[in-house]
Amino acid sequence: MTGEPPPTPAAAPVPAPAVRTRKAGGHLTPEVLDQARQLIALYPEPRSALIPLCHLAQGQDGWLCPDAIVEIADLVGLTPAEVRGTASFYDMLHTEPVGTYVVSVCTNIACLLRGAEELLEHAGASLGIGVGGTTTDGTITLEEAECLADCDRAPCVQVNHRYVGAQTPESFDRLVADLRAGARDGEVPRHGTLIRVRRSGGLRVGRDRIAAERAAMAEAKARRAAEAEKGDH
Amino acid sequence: MAITEAPKIVTARMGHPDSHTLERYLATGGYEGLRKALTMTPEAVAAEVDAASLLGRGGAGFPAGRKWSMLRKNPVSYLVVNGDESEPATFKDHLLVERDPHQLIEGVLIAAYALQVSQAFIYLRGEFALGLERVQAALNDAYDHGAVGEDIFGSGFSIDLVVHPGAGAYICGEETALIESLEGKRGFPRIKPPFFPAAIGLYGEPTVVNNVETMSNLPWIMLHGGAAFAALGEGKSTGTRLFALAGHVRHPGVFEIEMVKTTFADLIFAPVLGGGIPGDRQLKAFIPGGVSAPWFGPEQVDLPLGQDEVAGAGSMLGSGSVVVMDEDTCAVRAAWRITRFFARESCGQCTPCREGSGWLERIMARIESGHGREEDLDLLLDACDNIAPGLTWPPQQTTICVLGPSIPSSIGSAIKMFRDEFLVHIKEGGCPFG
Ligand SMILES: Cc1cc2nc3c(=O)[nH]c(=O)nc-3n(C[C@H](O)[C@H](O)[C@H](O)COP(=O)(O)O)c2cc1C
Ligand code: SF4
Ligand code: FES
Repeated sequence: MTGEPPPTPAAAPVPAPAVRTRKAGGHLTPEVLDQARQLIALYPEPRSALIPLCHLAQGQDGWLCPDAIVEIADLVGLTPAEVRGTASFYDMLHTEPVGTYVVSVCTNIACLLRGAEELLEHAGASLGIGVGGTTTDGTITLEEAECLADCDRAPCVQVNHRYVGAQTPESFDRLVADLRAGARDGEVPRHGTLIRVRRSGGLRVGRDRIAAERAAMAEAKARRAAEAEKGDH
Repeated sequence: MAITEAPKIVTARMGHPDSHTLERYLATGGYEGLRKALTMTPEAVAAEVDAASLLGRGGAGFPAGRKWSMLRKNPVSYLVVNGDESEPATFKDHLLVERDPHQLIEGVLIAAYALQVSQAFIYLRGEFALGLERVQAALNDAYDHGAVGEDIFGSGFSIDLVVHPGAGAYICGEETALIESLEGKRGFPRIKPPFFPAAIGLYGEPTVVNNVETMSNLPWIMLHGGAAFAALGEGKSTGTRLFALAGHVRHPGVFEIEMVKTTFADLIFAPVLGGGIPGDRQLKAFIPGGVSAPWFGPEQVDLPLGQDEVAGAGSMLGSGSVVVMDEDTCAVRAAWRITRFFARESCGQCTPCREGSGWLERIMARIESGHGREEDLDLLLDACDNIAPGLTWPPQQTTICVLGPSIPSSIGSAIKMFRDEFLVHIKEGGCPFG
């Protein structure tokens, strides 16, 4: 901000603006925030932690909500629009709420050859939703996926990105019933919980040591550049 | 041709249910390759890999040793391991990260030592939830074991390794897109030149990118020597390789096979491998190296599983995945689904790829649903020609990355091999296969 501040009216206190302003902070729980800071410390540049942080926030909320986006932006030194713009590129990051269980049915080539489209059709009809939809009880979101790299167990299905093996229409209905009953909770964590195993300890090779090595590399790089310059003349 | 008794180089431990644990790894020779490497000079380690003539397993098949030696003249800042594995029908890295994460980590450490980098990243596609857990758990154990971190195994060499999750985007497997993604950005490929990772990679620094399977071969190569690896296979294609077999076969799965010595026919039909086509139906066609590769028909089934051999026949071994289609498969539908994949996954930076994939997908969908016109075949080929001029193999590139020029592979193959089927769809207004 430059220039003179506008004159403040001396009158009665200004009413709070009707528009909700989002202040960074306070949305992520202290524990998640602590994990976020540990992740950021692993990378030479904070922005690299953006996707891991989005996964963390999804683990907390089940989706990437606006308050989380504001807080992540603050943590990695970007604007919320930059975080949202990046997140929207990636299929696994949900900027709209999703069900407790995201069920992904692959219909790519190997699965197509083994009945994936019929399975997806059955899944939609049996859940009463279209692809991309969420059941009214908020339990299940149905997604059509591209190849999930489990093509020998086709048609391939993942629930919250855990492989549950090839499914038939019948086994699919049992799977859904089990999910609703909480019978698969050990194997398939609720919400977007991606990584249950955390890194033990932070960066194990000290920043100073990495920095020293990197400085040596930068020096070598400068030397190369100087040589190239000489070569040009 | 035959199935040889070659040693299992990367799948030796897979028979053990606890193959992912440090205990099992150490009990089966784990981290011995790294220990040996640390007693050698980095140059000698790199020379051993060069002697193995290990071809990169990510798709392009560039020799790893040569990639490194080009870089050794300049100091490398980062090593990045590509575990994005999203090429449809490719699922070999899935096996390696879930079932033998220590082997991958040891390979990365050997490469890091040879390249003298102090920080490395393993980028795994986000859909590998279990794989991410397994590799992270293995890494935690490897730190405690003294294999990673400061002064590893008392050698004076220090290296930090970070496991990084992706979030669902095929294009992030392309090495420069992977680097962008690792920098916290959208996975937009960078234009080469100048953005060859070796010159301007992660954070603008020289970077080596190698595939998970490439790395997983290194512990064995260190222990047994590059010459022992090079003695397997034939010609340029040395060692063994993982082949992911899917589609219409009795036993789909990942098989480790000696390069060149075995044929596609062995892979698909041998009882100990694919086991043949269910219902004893005939082979219609197969895709030899991921959906970016042109298709082969029954005439090519006796080709050996070797890089040059497949390239010579007009396709590629690519990512090591083989999709089998039986006689009841609708070629139009198969090609349409592959095209739809590319249309969805195009990052949108280049017009031929973004617009072309969408157009092709719509025309293919129209034909497939019985609403095509006879001119559509020429229209398809014309649109393909706009993406990859001349429709040559390997394709001409008009775009930033090779995703675009890969789009015509399946459509071109399907039209060339099964033109009649397209015509039946068009003339009879529907699919002859129901
Ligand atoms: C569209 C596209 C997708 C790719 N996907 C992958 C992938 O999932 N995994 C991989 O290792 N390489 C992939 N590659 C190849 C990489 O760009 C790169 O060549 C490879 O990671 C280098 O490792 P290598 O030399 O060990 O094979 C892809 C390339 C393109 C053009
Ligand atoms: S060819 Fe396609 S995927 Fe590759 S950079 Fe261009 S638009 Fe993106
Ligand atoms: S094609 Fe469905 S998991 Fe690979």
